[in-house]
Amino acid sequence: MNIAVCIKQVPDTETKIKISDDKKSIVESDINFILNPYDEFGVEEALKLTDPENITIISLGPDRVTSAIRSALAMGAKNAIHIKTDSTPADPGITADALASVLKEGNYDLIFTGKQAIDDDHAQMASLLAEKMDIPAVNVVIKLNVENGTVMAEREIEGAHEIFECATPCIISAQRGLNEPRYASLKGIMGAKKVKIEEKDVTLSESNLEVVEYNYPAEKAAGKIVGDSADAVPELLRLLNEEAKVI
Amino acid sequence: MVFAEHKDGKLRKIAFENVSLAKKLGIDFECAVIGNDVDAEELGKYGAEKVVHYKSDKLGNYSPDGYAKLLADAMDKQGADVLLLGATSMGKDLAPRVASRLNAAMATDCTQVELDGNNLKIVRPMYAGKVQATINLSSAKKVVTIRPNVYAADENGTSATVESVASDVDFKTVVKEIVAGAQGKLDVTEADIVVSGGRGLKGPENWHLIEDLASALGAANGASRAAVDAGWRPHDEQVGQTGKTVAPSLYVAVGISGAIQHLAGMSSSKYIVAINKDPEAPIFKVADYGIVADLFDVVPRMIEEIKAKQ
Repeated sequence: MNIAVCIKQVPDTETKIKISDDKKSIVESDINFILNPYDEFGVEEALKLTDPENITIISLGPDRVTSAIRSALAMGAKNAIHIKTDSTPADPGITADALASVLKEGNYDLIFTGKQAIDDDHAQMASLLAEKMDIPAVNVVIKLNVENGTVMAEREIEGAHEIFECATPCIISAQRGLNEPRYASLKGIMGAKKVKIEEKDVTLSESNLEVVEYNYPAEKAAGKIVGDSADAVPELLRLLNEEAKVI
Repeated sequence: MVFAEHKDGKLRKIAFENVSLAKKLGIDFECAVIGNDVDAEELGKYGAEKVVHYKSDKLGNYSPDGYAKLLADAMDKQGADVLLLGATSMGKDLAPRVASRLNAAMATDCTQVELDGNNLKIVRPMYAGKVQATINLSSAKKVVTIRPNVYAADENGTSATVESVASDVDFKTVVKEIVAGAQGKLDVTEADIVVSGGRGLKGPENWHLIEDLASALGAANGASRAAVDAGWRPHDEQVGQTGKTVAPSLYVAVGISGAIQHLAGMSSSKYIVAINKDPEAPIFKVADYGIVADLFDVVPRMIEEIKAKQ
């Protein structure tokens, strides 16, 4: 079984995001970039389902994304494609077009993405790829079973799970809970360095989404410390009832 | 066009919120409902004047490609430029598909939509709310999903005309089965009140405090990443950048210090209460009301006082 895992390089969750002076971009200089956490579940699931030789990691972006590709390779995958661009497109549609064109060249039975990238939080990629490639996709998957070309995928929705059955090839966006991603071993990290990352140039489609400006969320006014013991509880409940009117 | 989502035949609050938003924008719109047994007329109460109710025996359960085809066709037929959906599990799955079919650009999980001449001014959080991005969609058609609980559902309408259309759409995939989550419990993203616990609880054996407080308040249970990583709570309760983003009316953080990735997931809540014995905990910076004391004293007292009032 051939599997592609589409990954993205993102700032780690502890990063304080800094906006440039002209408000048009995010300052990248102090960012610690990592492999998008949800993509790790995709890499792990691929490793559970097939031989590392049959797994291809694919990422689109500037040269710095190769470090995220190496992180995924260090978990065990043996092939990688870097779709080289000058920057990360703001419009997920552009990324989807480019990924779809590369994915169509491979003969993949399964394609994984993360359920969303934790930078732009668009959560569109699996659904976009499904439409562009005309194959099924199941989003936010927490349980997966693949047998003889039939996929059973359990996806998380509000307070319940939906179960889908579809045929390969299909796209799965991975959610936390699907598995426990392995830590890269020293051998894995050394091995990842030896993998030749195939580079691809693509012509990007037109952008239809532009970030006009970035702003920090409004600072909240300082809150009220109601008290320093359980005796403050009646006053807290009074405030929630009479002032905030939320209980 | 507003896609009015329902669950088991009951329209969801986000459907009413989006109708209210469309009405507020002052543009002509109609609503699309998919499924057989849905009280589509209820949308009229919130200001919808026209509802097209697509009925099909085959589309009782959600079909990603079936719903997408139907909505894209409906958009074309009505000549609609903008499609509003909720940033729910279904909305997030469905919206990019419709966008792709319409060659439309799409914005996910938006918290502000205004009319700016003939264009839309859209604001959406990125990096789980660490920044707000004002974005412009330049395609002719636009698809926008709105974060639940951000816009109020205003009952300022009267009644809607509902046109039923028998739909015979083909599709590849459909939900085969729906199984209840762990206990069929209230999800943190849907709840009006969320009570979350963190490392301060010291272990899963103390989680009854969170559950009892949540049940007294009619709230959903949430958890910090620390509590989930420690295996105390299931991952679907995790609030934060690698968990769920919530915006309830009231968020009660119990024994949660307030790491940046947690704050990112809950700081847009309308009111935040923090209970923590460390006065320096960052959670107090975003809290509207705080009690600096041992949660093991405070929470039982809260449960007792709330129950006494009921």
